Amino acid sequence: MSGPVKSAPIADEHERRVTRLVQIGFVAALGALWYLATNVWGMSPILLPKPQGAFNELLDILRSGEFWPDLFLTLAELAGAFAISMTLGLGIGFLVSLSPVYVRIFEPLLAGVYAVPIILFLPLYVLFFGLGASSKIALGATISFYPIVLNTIAGFTSIDKLYVTSAKSMGASPTVLLRYVLIPGALPIILSGLRMGFTVALLSIIGSETIASLAGLGHRIVNLAESLEIARMFAYIVFVIAIAATLNGIVSRLEASRGMDK
Amino acid sequence: MKSGSRVFGFMSTYPRLSQLITVMMFLGAWEIVARFFVDKMFLSPPSRVYSEIDRVLNTKGLLQALSLTLYELTVAFAIAVAIGMAIGLSVGLNAFARRCFMPIILLLYGIPQIVILPLFILGLGIGPPSKIAFGVTHGIFPIILAIVAGVQNLKPVLLTSARSMGAKRWHIMRYVVLPHMMPSFFSGLRLGMTGVLLGVLLAELYVSTAGIGYFTGLFTQNFDPTRLLGLISLLAAMAIVLNEFMRTVERRLSRWRGND
Repeated sequence: MSGPVKSAPIADEHERRVTRLVQIGFVAALGALWYLATNVWGMSPILLPKPQGAFNELLDILRSGEFWPDLFLTLAELAGAFAISMTLGLGIGFLVSLSPVYVRIFEPLLAGVYAVPIILFLPLYVLFFGLGASSKIALGATISFYPIVLNTIAGFTSIDKLYVTSAKSMGASPTVLLRYVLIPGALPIILSGLRMGFTVALLSIIGSETIASLAGLGHRIVNLAESLEIARMFAYIVFVIAIAATLNGIVSRLEASRGMDK
Repeated sequence: MKSGSRVFGFMSTYPRLSQLITVMMFLGAWEIVARFFVDKMFLSPPSRVYSEIDRVLNTKGLLQALSLTLYELTVAFAIAVAIGMAIGLSVGLNAFARRCFMPIILLLYGIPQIVILPLFILGLGIGPPSKIAFGVTHGIFPIILAIVAGVQNLKPVLLTSARSMGAKRWHIMRYVVLPHMMPSFFSGLRLGMTGVLLGVLLAELYVSTAGIGYFTGLFTQNFDPTRLLGLISLLAAMAIVLNEFMRTVERRLSRWRGND
């Protein structure tokens, strides 16, 4: 019985290496295809720029620092939207979770609205708030509100009644109950709601900048597309994807570290 | 205090009615705000949106726009399901392929696709093809993930016993794999439908000459909140109906499993 168990890590190691190799090969093949299509087969540079051209543009963007105003605006919109949705989501979620009666009434209503693609409100928000930052903040806040409020409700209602009852019977005051039972118990689910909210807020802000805006990273990409500076647009796309991946990575790391020490 | 507990008692006795009252209160607040506090260039009361919904439907070209959007949705969904199933099955059924390609698929899924929307427009034009393609790329990932998850949960015992009883590859597929993955397949379809809807709507709102995106833009620029809200309500109703339809199908087709 011990034989297979002992040899398993070696087999795993080998497998992992092969897997990595296939993955690298796949990505390299895509890169080679890109290079060949643009440099050898003469694909139109309006559809696909040369990889080396896009790379040079990316270096130029990073060196000149021209991305700072757009990046700053997008991050400020994100911060505003997330602050609003976090406050309202956590607050309303907590109030609803106070009684199973409220949960039964309000949770289906909130979940029902969540089924509507909220991006539909964008034209309405543009009408209310104009093309500037406030319509993006409003859309980001609306979209990220739902995962946060629904997970806050789910988090507080998932706590085993036994813990609450025993804490109460040992004489815990409401603040003590909240601090030592309710919040620690609900935290993992609430944090995953906050992470989901953050991700969709980022997406919807870049999205609404792409669709209707005056400035910001999404706006920059559209601007370059319209002036047919495709290589530079590719560079910006890579830049934005890197920013988004970094932010999402940080948030996931935070979620994992806080969820652990429960 | 006493009236508070009476309200609470009412809420616990009639939860459905309380929901209805909540919605009515929301609509009432909207009505009052729109009627007395906000410029009617920006917001219309719900009563007016409702009574003038026929004016929305009578807008020249709007019905064609709705049916064009529905057409884009259908085609995009069909393509997303076909390609998603092919990729999901070929990646999911083979442990090696799963280990190689799942990280790549997850990585691609994590990309905020909205940043490549201008590329779709440049490549495929501003007509339906770009919207369909953008819907497909949004809908395909949930479908792939659901199918891989559905195949992955397959108990090896089931496969081994089917094989030992002499089932051919096709038989295993038809009688073991397919029924087993039905529940996750349908939840994947529902999530895929949500994704397709999002992708098509994003592309429509970005640029459109004949779809609903054209009309939302038109009503916004004309400061016509009545028709804008009417159109948005219609689309929201469409989304809810699609979602509920998929949920019903999902429940129907996974009923045979019982509750395990």
